[in-house]
Amino acid sequence: MTALLALDDVNVFYGPFHALRGNSLTVGEGEIVSLLGGNASGKSTTMKTILGLIKVKSGTVRFEGRDITHASTRRRVIGGIASVPEARRVFPQMTVDENLLAGAYTRSDRAGIADDLERMREHFPRLAERRRQEAGTLSGGEQQMLAFARALMSRPKLICMDEPTMGLSPKLVDQVLDEIVRINRELGVAVLFVEQQAELALSIASRGYVLATGEIVLQGTARELLDDPHIQEAYLGKANPS
Amino acid sequence: MGRSELTDTLIAGLLRGNVYALGAVGISLVFGVMNVVNFAQFSFFGLGAMLSWFFVSELGLPFYIALPLVLLICAALGFVINISVVRPLAKYLPLAAMLSTYAVSQILDNVSQIAFTAQFQVFPEVLPTSNLAIGSTRFGTSDVVMLGTTVVIMAAMALFLKYGKIGRAIRATSQDQEAALQMGIPVGLVQNVSFVIASALGGLAGVFIALYVGVANPGSGLNIGLTAFVAATLGGLGSLVGAVVGGFVLGILEAFGIHFFGDTARQIIVFVVLIVVLIVRPGGLFGKVPLLSAEPLTGTFLGKGRPLRIPRWVWPVAFVVLGVAVPVFGSNYVLTTGTQVLIYAIIAAGFTVTAGQAGVLALGQAGPIAIGAYMSAVLTLYLGFSFWIALPLSGLVAAIVASILASPIWGVKGHYISIATLGLGIAIVAVIQLVFPQGLYNIPVPTFFGTPLSTPLAYYLIDFVVLVITLVIMWRLRRSHLGKVISSVGADEVAALASGVRGRNYKALAFAVSAFFAGVGGSLLAHQYTYIDPTIFTMMMSLLVVTIVILGGVGLSYGAVIGSIILIGAMELLRFTPELRIIVYGLVLILVVRFRPGGILVRKS
Amino acid sequence: MSESLLQVTGLERHFDGLKAVDGVSFSVAPGEVVSIIGPNGSGKTTTLNLVTGTIRPHAGTITLEGTRIEKADSARIAEHGIARTFQNGRVFATLSVADNIEVGLHSTLRASRPFRGLSNIFLLRWIPLLGELFVAIVGTPGSRREEKQVASAVDAEIHRFEARLGPRRDDPAYSLSYANRRRTEIARAMALRPRLLVLDEPTAGMNQSETTEVLEQLLDLKAEGQAILLVEHKLDLVMRVSDRVIVMDGGRIIAEGAPEAVRQNPAVIEAYIGRRREPARDPNPGAPE
Repeated sequence: MTALLALDDVNVFYGPFHALRGNSLTVGEGEIVSLLGGNASGKSTTMKTILGLIKVKSGTVRFEGRDITHASTRRRVIGGIASVPEARRVFPQMTVDENLLAGAYTRSDRAGIADDLERMREHFPRLAERRRQEAGTLSGGEQQMLAFARALMSRPKLICMDEPTMGLSPKLVDQVLDEIVRINRELGVAVLFVEQQAELALSIASRGYVLATGEIVLQGTARELLDDPHIQEAYLGKANPS
Repeated sequence: MGRSELTDTLIAGLLRGNVYALGAVGISLVFGVMNVVNFAQFSFFGLGAMLSWFFVSELGLPFYIALPLVLLICAALGFVINISVVRPLAKYLPLAAMLSTYAVSQILDNVSQIAFTAQFQVFPEVLPTSNLAIGSTRFGTSDVVMLGTTVVIMAAMALFLKYGKIGRAIRATSQDQEAALQMGIPVGLVQNVSFVIASALGGLAGVFIALYVGVANPGSGLNIGLTAFVAATLGGLGSLVGAVVGGFVLGILEAFGIHFFGDTARQIIVFVVLIVVLIVRPGGLFGKVPLLSAEPLTGTFLGKGRPLRIPRWVWPVAFVVLGVAVPVFGSNYVLTTGTQVLIYAIIAAGFTVTAGQAGVLALGQAGPIAIGAYMSAVLTLYLGFSFWIALPLSGLVAAIVASILASPIWGVKGHYISIATLGLGIAIVAVIQLVFPQGLYNIPVPTFFGTPLSTPLAYYLIDFVVLVITLVIMWRLRRSHLGKVISSVGADEVAALASGVRGRNYKALAFAVSAFFAGVGGSLLAHQYTYIDPTIFTMMMSLLVVTIVILGGVGLSYGAVIGSIILIGAMELLRFTPELRIIVYGLVLILVVRFRPGGILVRKS
Repeated sequence: MSESLLQVTGLERHFDGLKAVDGVSFSVAPGEVVSIIGPNGSGKTTTLNLVTGTIRPHAGTITLEGTRIEKADSARIAEHGIARTFQNGRVFATLSVADNIEVGLHSTLRASRPFRGLSNIFLLRWIPLLGELFVAIVGTPGSRREEKQVASAVDAEIHRFEARLGPRRDDPAYSLSYANRRRTEIARAMALRPRLLVLDEPTAGMNQSETTEVLEQLLDLKAEGQAILLVEHKLDLVMRVSDRVIVMDGGRIIAEGAPEAVRQNPAVIEAYIGRRREPARDPNPGAPE
């Protein structure tokens, strides 16, 4: 199987700071992959690299076999990569519908966009109820749904989600994770997502990568990672492994 | 005030507000999508006016052809400015981009001056100005057309932003640029479109102001520009509704102000309103300020650099060259230029503690300079003080007055503090103009035991001694505990507070120190010119001080000397014409910001 | 707990209607190390920001050694003896390591800051400001003595991280590695000689050996009797250094107690360590020692 997304030996620097250290990872078609790690471990940087928001110093990023290492974010979105940014980042003073249309910016098929808008309203009934409301007035959970729907509006093959459960109550976290699975199954979209809570993440992901100080220190299937005695150590960053 | 006077004034206010609103919308639009305060907008007012005069009066084109032509030219020019200057620089440092837009505006004004001459041109009455009446209030088709056009344009803008694809992208970008980027919105295109719209609106405002006032010259954009700029700030930078409201509020307040207090009160009213609003709502009427400034993330410390290591022998050599060689060998012309260089070096060196250390890019140093100059003149002319007493006293008074006036603004942040200080400088000069409308003549020259010191050599030596004292003080200050504390405020005010450092106090102190040296510099200027009037203390002077400091390296007082030699000395000695000099000034600024963002004496790292 | 160092009662803070901190009460005794843990967005950092005056609470009281400080600004709170570090590290980028620490000493200085008692009073604050200016430019015998004390105090703080910060004493902070910035920040906070040290994720972005180093240093500080309020994600460090652990979720405290007790608490495991969606698993993974 050729991977949908493949990073190969990617190095990223912020000034003198080595943020990603020769990382390689893949996401297969229709797969859910989780990116784990503590704060400042390089998860968000990996996401930004995939979205083309940061310059790569060396290494390659491929999408559907094509080299997109130096492609603009816009080109990547057109190619089929969508983003659910960290902290949702919906456009607060635009209505729900306008947010969704912003997600479809790269498309010009009016009929298709209208169809998808309808589809999103069916898929996320809460958003349909609030279509004329400003996104900034939605609750955290609703904003997360909007961020999902907005990303789906570009008809992506892969959605990158940066901490989709951040700041949500445990009940909502469950809903969000269920939603990720639903999006994946019903729409066949591959998902790469960053999550702090390793076991929650691995309960829906098929594979995972664990990052620490910019390096991938562990990888494997969800089962392997869950069974790995080092996962707690690596992920929770035990100060003194015994 | 009778009813008709009331309506007259109201209509005048609406017409002025109309112009300000158009300009402010442009400024706010660009700020929203680029986070850059765009001074180049100023030039489009002047340019719009001059171009339409040229097309109508000189080429005899009908107005309805001239107008779209003007808008087209302005739009095209805006596009070129954005892709060549603003966008490349905005990536480095929004403040640097802001200064570059001022340089661009200077270049545009001067090119336009070369093309159209600096003379006021009488604008033809293309539409009747007084053919209609409501009751006893007379107005013209021209006024109706202007207001109507604005209404139509604002409605079109609103629809475009609400329903247009690019319009929505503009809103998305200004609400969250990074998220917009992640949606595949072409932010570069959005910025270009915004800039083009803003430039066209600026041009339109220029045409309107020419229609309304009836005369225009290339420099006439400045005053309107400033007010439009204040209107945008007042409304909250980035908020278009705010810009419209701010424009009309200012226009109407101004019209009533002029009605009651005369034209000189105009600028004072504008800036008093601005400062009051910023104190009550630091983000403007419709703007929001983040509760906590963002924590600096890893790798965001770009654009910082290390000062070049200066070998020890440089100092005595520089001292001998500037203090001995120049006075001994320099011609009177060189010495006269030298006094200018030294005075600006004094002012700029004193300013480094505010701009470089406390991190406050104050844009109104002309204010304290003017206070110092007038104080010194009044003390020596009318109160019989000797120059030697008046000199430090002027610095002191400048520091005290400027500090009192600036005291409300230290809670304001970022661009807003720059704009508030800019307003402060202009308001100070405007007040001085109210008190001394004529300027002051025959300011006595300094004497030394009865001998008048009126030669260029004497001036040069006095200025040199003052500069040396200034540099020693600034050096002592910089390496003291206080100096480090002030620098900490500039580096990260939140962290400074958490270390027990009261940021506002130290910003105020830094500003007071800078105002002191500005006042001293003003005093020196006054006694060497022997004649002063308010036209000397312009916004250009304020920005010159800022540019000198940026040129040398914002934190370095000795850098100010280099900056001054380059900007004041070299330009004078190269005998450029004034117009050309400003163009070169603009280019120098743009190049420095582009290639040495930390200053000439600072290595990029 | 009659003589608690820090006493927080009923603290509340909301942002745009969202309750970030919702009725939080806890205390820190002298010499005690208390950690706050909880998932991202649970209100930990907001709580720290409230305690240190970086933002103001909407309700509740904060008392430091009997003095109410919930209305004080963060400079005043620093003077009262609370020093802090920030989540992503806020050093003064343009200042050297030594100068960063010297700024931390600010609230301990006397001779360099004449009349400092007036620095909070409208208008009169100019007296200490001008006093400081005079001392800076001219100097007094007292200030020269104090300069020497400052230099040795800075050395002492750098000595805490001698191997790391010693060689970088005069380097500007922006040129430091992430971990060294964090060390500089801790040294700056300690320079204040705080009664309570507040640390917001001091090991974020550090690798294991660096984390171990920080743990050692925290244990040293604890041995010196330093009271610490700590927010940290790395549970093992929290367990080893804390006397007491507070668990937050959704802006509220959901559990509090000795590290081991908290660790066994099912609510904590669910909120922080993460539920397993597969029921058959061990609810207490990776127990140390």
